Amino acid sequence: MAEGENEVRWDGLCSRDSTTRETALENIRQIIVRKTECLRLVKETPYRPADGLSNAVSLDGLNKLLAHLLMLSKRCPFKDVREKSEFILKSVQELGIRIPRPLGHGPSRFIPEKEILQVGSEDAQMHTLFADSFAALGRLDNITLVMVFHPQYLESFLKTQHYLLQMDGPLPLHYRHYIGIMAAARHQCSYLVNLHVNDFLHVGGDPKWLNGLENAPQKLQNLGELNKVLAHRPWLITKEHIEGLLKAEEHSWSLAELVHAVVLLTHYHSLASFTFGCGISPEIHCDGGHTFRPPSVSNYCICDITNGNHSVDEMQVNSAGNVAVSDSFFEVEALMEKMKQLQECREEEEASQEEMASRFEIEKRESMFVFSSDDDEVTPARDVSRHFEDTSYGYKDFSRHGMHVPTFRVQDYCWEDHGYSLVNRLYPDVGQLIDEKFHIAYNLTYNTMAMHKDVDTSMLRRAIWNYIHCMFGIRYDDYDYGEINQLLDRSFKVYIKTVVCTPEKVTKRMYDSFWRQFKHSEKVHVNLLLIEARMQAELLYALRAITRYMT
Amino acid sequence: MEKMSRVTTALGGSVLTGRTMHCHLDAPANAISVCRDAAQVVVAGRSIFKIYAIEEEQFVEKLNLRVGRKPSLNLSCADVVWHQMDENLLATAATNGVVVTWNLGRPSRNKQDQLFTEHKRTVNKVCFHPTEAHVLLSGSQDGFMKCFDLRRKDSVSTFSGQSESVRDVQFSIRDYFTFASTFENGNVQLWDIRRPDRCERMFTAHNGPVFCCDWHPEDRGWLATGGRDKMVKVWDMATHRAKEVHCVQTIASVARVKWRPECRHHLATCSMMVDHNVYVWDVRRPFVPAAMFEEHRDVTTGIAWRHPHDPSFLLSGSKDSTLCQHLFRDASQPVERANPEGLCYGLFGDLAFAAKESLVATESGRKPYAGDRRHPIFFKRKLDPAEPFAGLASSALNIFEIEPGSGSMSWFVDTAERYALAGRSLAELCDHNAKVARELGRNQVAQTWTMLRIIYCSPGLVPTTNLNHSVGKGSSCGLPLMNSFNLKDVAPGLGSETRLDRSKGDTRSDTVLLDSSATLVPNEDNEETEGSDVPTDYLLGEVEGEDDELYLLDPEHAHSEEPEYVLPQEAFPLRHEIVDTPPGPEHLQDKADSPHVSGSEADAASLVPVDSSFSLISVSHALCDSRLPPDFFSALVCDMLRFYAEQGDVQMAVSVLIVLGERVRKDIDEQTQEHWYTSYIDLLQRFCLWNVSNQVVKLSTSRAISCLNQASTTLHVNCSHCKRPMSSRGWVCDRCRRCASMCAVCHHVVKGLFVWCQGCSHGGHLQHIMKWLEGSSHCPAGCGHLCEYS
Repeated sequence: MAEGENEVRWDGLCSRDSTTRETALENIRQIIVRKTECLRLVKETPYRPADGLSNAVSLDGLNKLLAHLLMLSKRCPFKDVREKSEFILKSVQELGIRIPRPLGHGPSRFIPEKEILQVGSEDAQMHTLFADSFAALGRLDNITLVMVFHPQYLESFLKTQHYLLQMDGPLPLHYRHYIGIMAAARHQCSYLVNLHVNDFLHVGGDPKWLNGLENAPQKLQNLGELNKVLAHRPWLITKEHIEGLLKAEEHSWSLAELVHAVVLLTHYHSLASFTFGCGISPEIHCDGGHTFRPPSVSNYCICDITNGNHSVDEMQVNSAGNVAVSDSFFEVEALMEKMKQLQECREEEEASQEEMASRFEIEKRESMFVFSSDDDEVTPARDVSRHFEDTSYGYKDFSRHGMHVPTFRVQDYCWEDHGYSLVNRLYPDVGQLIDEKFHIAYNLTYNTMAMHKDVDTSMLRRAIWNYIHCMFGIRYDDYDYGEINQLLDRSFKVYIKTVVCTPEKVTKRMYDSFWRQFKHSEKVHVNLLLIEARMQAELLYALRAITRYMT
Repeated sequence: MEKMSRVTTALGGSVLTGRTMHCHLDAPANAISVCRDAAQVVVAGRSIFKIYAIEEEQFVEKLNLRVGRKPSLNLSCADVVWHQMDENLLATAATNGVVVTWNLGRPSRNKQDQLFTEHKRTVNKVCFHPTEAHVLLSGSQDGFMKCFDLRRKDSVSTFSGQSESVRDVQFSIRDYFTFASTFENGNVQLWDIRRPDRCERMFTAHNGPVFCCDWHPEDRGWLATGGRDKMVKVWDMATHRAKEVHCVQTIASVARVKWRPECRHHLATCSMMVDHNVYVWDVRRPFVPAAMFEEHRDVTTGIAWRHPHDPSFLLSGSKDSTLCQHLFRDASQPVERANPEGLCYGLFGDLAFAAKESLVATESGRKPYAGDRRHPIFFKRKLDPAEPFAGLASSALNIFEIEPGSGSMSWFVDTAERYALAGRSLAELCDHNAKVARELGRNQVAQTWTMLRIIYCSPGLVPTTNLNHSVGKGSSCGLPLMNSFNLKDVAPGLGSETRLDRSKGDTRSDTVLLDSSATLVPNEDNEETEGSDVPTDYLLGEVEGEDDELYLLDPEHAHSEEPEYVLPQEAFPLRHEIVDTPPGPEHLQDKADSPHVSGSEADAASLVPVDSSFSLISVSHALCDSRLPPDFFSALVCDMLRFYAEQGDVQMAVSVLIVLGERVRKDIDEQTQEHWYTSYIDLLQRFCLWNVSNQVVKLSTSRAISCLNQASTTLHVNCSHCKRPMSSRGWVCDRCRRCASMCAVCHHVVKGLFVWCQGCSHGGHLQHIMKWLEGSSHCPAGCGHLCEYS
């Protein structure tokens, strides 16, 4: 049997035309039937060593196919595909072959599966979103399923991501995915790395590169330094970094390429934050997303191990997270009360200039002590480590070790006026897309807070946004940083700081311990704010350096 | 040395003198503003707030307003404005949202007067009322505009921009109560200062934030806005709806815009990012700035004209910590460096080329081009006082013309009209087209059609004798075709007609030229004057001797034809005069046009003999013998098509493509096909063969082409009730809020074909009406009319 015949083509399934999908599925079914037949024949004949090897190989291939089918049966936005793939799986099972079953508890480990929208029960708007996403990527990933809590944002997010990865741009496709892998690997985000390793190979990337950054072209290696600084201490980026990349003789980057790369890096840094912040589970068809064992055997969850931070971290609980349960009921009330107070008293009592300045400093300083766990390095999980060259380089608090970095004033360099223009000039249309995304994330509100309706949450959202920028040393002249202290309690700050700065250390405990009365969708909303604020902060520093280089 | 030039302007008593100069500030500037006396300028920034006196030779620091031990954010200025009535009054907008006024008349060192802390976010802009002494307006990031009366401690009124950040506010210079505000979401609002509840007018001016606006100092209705979308737009607000009258496209987002005094169409702009220069634009010439100041090394953040009635002094402050005075006279003028050029192919392969006079002059001085048959004609436009670029408008125009016989494209027209492209069987089509080609003396092409027939239709049908016969003809066909070049007879139909047209054109331009009393620089090497009635033959004979020289210059023909044929080529250079040279920008547009396939190119192609005609025959014999599948030849056919297309005969390529349809389409990539189609359609349309071109569009399978027919077809529909045009959707009228075209039978909206009786004007869906009329002859609407539908 020729190998070409067995080549499975999944792309037909992405079509919006149901007959095309039908034929594609039928094709897959036939391939699977052939393969199973083949396997059975091998089984029935007496054991021979050479056969054993090929047997294992073909079994492996079949299992991959089955896992993909399993994913389709659960996650395809088209009903016909879901049903048919389930049917195929069933029929394979009847032939006596083990079929996989999904592991874990839905798209997120933090959010109960029943809270998350089931594929198939979405409304028309979401369905178009799903269909678009599926058509572009051939899958509906867990991030999408969690983000769909906020369809308005999701639409913009998917559009931007699609543009960055697949549409016109200065970088070749495999570079884009590789940069995504580099960025995600900085935060040891195996979920994103796995996804993009597949995509990288799919667009024809050289598998050798995956063995480590040193196997990639010099040009990409040069980007490693920027990736590192950008991920952990963006305020240290100088125009020398930019110059180093742009003037490296035959390995040099062009400005347009660099902006594309920077946008990709920041996108994936913040997406890694989201992945950890919402506890995204591995994809069903990826490693750790499914198992071939019968249910009774597997009591443990592979995904927890692969991400290496669940069961263990559970033990070393944040002291800050231990707020008495009885308090939690009053949390929301208290927060609302504070917001109200702030709104009123702002008119009366105006803090002096010095006071305002010092409040920013205080907030900045305090954000350093938010971490309760000390900076011990987690050993990087799995093979992700190969993309690291310097694991010791992590987030260090802004202005910690007496090193003085001047405060970044938003009034002097802001996204709307400066960043946008620069990005749009060098990488047309992307500035617009990101700008829209920032806008949607910043202005998103349903005017609800936990069980309360008709609440103006703009103050709270602004506090969160500015707190994140404060951690990166970005200051708004027109903001009273005292508000942050009033509105964000300690456990929330711990969560924010962990998600933004060291996402790999987020635990379910942290996620659960802040804002206990709030809905999951609101917590996802918070995460959207976090990742967009983080992305903007990184972008601002990187773009300012580029601007300085250009002038 | 130029920089040292000095300008003295007398302005109603006061005299402004100065030169281009700059001075170093201690810190980056965010904004500047000029005192009424035009002798002082205030510079404000995050850590600078100083007043400089503008002296003849330099700036002199006069006063530092940034006093006090501790730097306060109140002093971190986003904007500054000097009152135009009161020399002692200034206002600043602070980044922390405070509005501060300053009174220079205070005796103490600290001139700070009043502090308004009403805004919650950064204040982006402050603006004094042009005539009222105590009214100050501010616009802030928090989405509010506040109007302050300086005699009171707090704001008089607050205007809400619905939580969209305000980027600029400007009092109208003429209308006492009006001010304009611009917003981050691209909107511009017009407010009446007495009515804080709602804005008078609102419209979307830009895509993305509108950073700045400026009212025209003289023209009451004109407002210039600049935005992040890199545009400067001029709006006429005097009309009912704000109308965009001018639009200037810059290369970076526009941070400030200021009308130039005393020059109705000029405005100065600077950009927010990337681009450091200050530009002065003539809004009527939106592509090339009229003047450019290149002194700054970082983005310019503030610009101001020094005196409201003096157009020659511009001040600017920048992030590079310098304050500059620019003299208009010292500005660099990009137009001078631009080389306006235009190049265009005529329908018959003529080539017109216009370039700046100076360029042509230097080039024709070069002797290697001695054989140049170009006849540059120099002329100047009548000077228009309003047009500052008059000096640049002179240019030379050359026209290269092809020899008329070969220029005749009648074969093209005939072929296009007579070819059959669809509707019959393939064999018939091929036969028909072959016949057409043969009748027109294009045996080469005829041969090809016959071949195609043999390849794609059942082979037994064409008798070999017939084939041989046509081959015999084909091989000898080269010569007669060539000969037609030598013949002096101008093709009767099209050729002579156009020639006549041209002569007419000449007369007309001549007379106009005289009328406009333009200066005509006499042209040495063309003695004979051209009359409108020069006989064609005479012209041809006259020119004959020199044309190979011309062809050497014309690479298109020189390479393809000269080496192969020794036959003398003819050319007919004709002098053309145009009265009004198009200004630079239009040339640019011309250039940007998609390349045209000219008739002469196509023509040249048909001359080249196909050497392989004999080998093709042998192939066809082989075909007869072994019955190869037609697919076998598809590569060959594709090569053939490419050959024709490359020779310029897209007609052949496209025709074959259409006739063969699916058989070859897949072997030629989509883009190439598209390219052929567009070229051919373009040619057809230039020959006014609209029907043929439409047929081609219709028959094309390429999506990009077939949608050509669907583009730019607009149907304007008027509402049947109120008789007003329906704007948004075709079937619902916005005004009377009802559906316009209801079907009289089913009472639903008709969205497709609507058929109606011309007697009673009732009607409906075509099908429904047809059905109805089978049973009744009365109107379905019940009006009693005996309807007639034909």
